[in-house]
Amino acid sequence: MPITVKIPTQLRAATGGEAEIEASGSTVGEVLDAVFDAHGDLRERITQNGDLRRFVNVYVCGEDIRFREGLQTQIDEGDEVTILPAVAGG
Amino acid sequence: MSIESLRCKECGTACELDARYVCESCFGPLEVAYDHSSLDPAEAKRRIQAGSQGIWRYADFLPFEGRPGDPLEPGLTPLLRADRLAERLGIDAELWVKNDAANPTHSFKDRVVAVAVAKARELGFETVACASTGNLANALAAHAAAAGLGSYVFVPANLEEQKLLATGVYGTNLVGVRGNYDDVNRLCTQLAETRPWAFVNVNLRPYYAEGSKTLAYETVEQLGWELPDRVVCPIASGSLFTKVGHGFQEWLDLGLVDGEQPVFNGAQAQGCSPVATAFAAGWEICKPQRPETIAKSLAIGDPADGPYALEHARRTGGTIDAVSDEEIRDGIRLLAETTGIFTETAGGVTIGVLAKLAERGEIAAGERLVVYITGEGLKTLDATRDRFRMHEIDPDLDSFESEFRQAVTA
Ligand SMILES: Cc1ncc(COP(=O)(O)O)c(C=O)c1O
Ligand SMILES: [Zn+2]
Repeated sequence: MPITVKIPTQLRAATGGEAEIEASGSTVGEVLDAVFDAHGDLRERITQNGDLRRFVNVYVCGEDIRFREGLQTQIDEGDEVTILPAVAGG
Repeated sequence: MSIESLRCKECGTACELDARYVCESCFGPLEVAYDHSSLDPAEAKRRIQAGSQGIWRYADFLPFEGRPGDPLEPGLTPLLRADRLAERLGIDAELWVKNDAANPTHSFKDRVVAVAVAKARELGFETVACASTGNLANALAAHAAAAGLGSYVFVPANLEEQKLLATGVYGTNLVGVRGNYDDVNRLCTQLAETRPWAFVNVNLRPYYAEGSKTLAYETVEQLGWELPDRVVCPIASGSLFTKVGHGFQEWLDLGLVDGEQPVFNGAQAQGCSPVATAFAAGWEICKPQRPETIAKSLAIGDPADGPYALEHARRTGGTIDAVSDEEIRDGIRLLAETTGIFTETAGGVTIGVLAKLAERGEIAAGERLVVYITGEGLKTLDATRDRFRMHEIDPDLDSFESEFRQAVTA
């Protein structure tokens, strides 16, 4: 089932300028893997040894996935996944 | 000219000195890099001492070529001996309180905002903005007004009334978000992608953060060009904590001061303690929390500089502790009673942690210790409500003798 993944401006060089990517999967991890398969450069930039780098935040419908099951968080049809830098605020 | 580039703290990639904050190669945070190779420490000291009575005396160590104009210059706040506080805590230390409530909008946030707003003007922005837990809101609205810039301030809608009033008065666009600070921060990260605004703690964050170094510089200068042995400093995002450390390190490396990096003790509220929790558990990164504390100014559940704060506390042999809401109220009261300084909840957190360190016997005899009081008590009045009573009397001597004296001696 297709899920919309929102790409922040700082990563769009790795997606050919695309701000939104459709991908499918039943968990956040599966969806992100599908996105990385289509845009290998992205995997390089935001993951390390199979995990998200420490300054990457991922949200499902506005909620930080670390409050749910991280990359194992289930997603439903119509959910929106947002990737954002975790280096703001204070 | 000493300002060189922005550089990624994770992978070292250098990039241009414009409005950006994220490394495009690894998504790490960017920081300002300087080239001080031609700096003469004696000459640098002279320039500082001949400078203004505020943070711009340290312009050689801030991200500008020259000294920007600033109509609302913060800094050079009092550093006061607190012998009675030391006595009450039962420590035989040389205890100093850096009262940063004595800034134009009554918190240390004037330092970071002054730097960020000056950079926003230099880069040609007409509007500045921020995601705030309260004090930043006050500072941004005021500095924007002073500079004649438009401003947008985003805060959690349930902020203390005093902080909302002390922001709105400056004529800013005040937006109360139904959510906690981390929700506000996420929203602003998204807004920063499309709005032509300088978000001081998003797209201008590398410059903004530099402002906190001035607290370290002032401490050194006010101690007669010496370092403290230990500092106690509150942590929300962890930027202040790490940048104070950075400021000391810069001056050590450049030979403006001799000695060693002080021990860094971080202070959080138990109701929002992602960094203290990670410290206790031995983690290198923080797990986000949903804040529930009276210390709203420190209520960041997902601290951007958490990993660096952990690193700095561990490297200096320090700790990061957390205190309860009750200990925060006690801390506010204790500081007020012993120094005459009325601080907000963040200061209550700092004093609460100082009391904990004293109780655990971590403060050695003769140690020189600086605690950072970063905000003003009048902004969080609820934290002192019901902590004392007023004796109401009629305006005559009998009433004073009978009602007041009796009540007091009873
Ligand atoms: C009074 C006060 N002290 C300390 C802090 C902590 O600052 P930082 O986010 O840089 O850790 C804040 C942050 O909002 C604050 O308002
Ligand atoms: Zn990087």
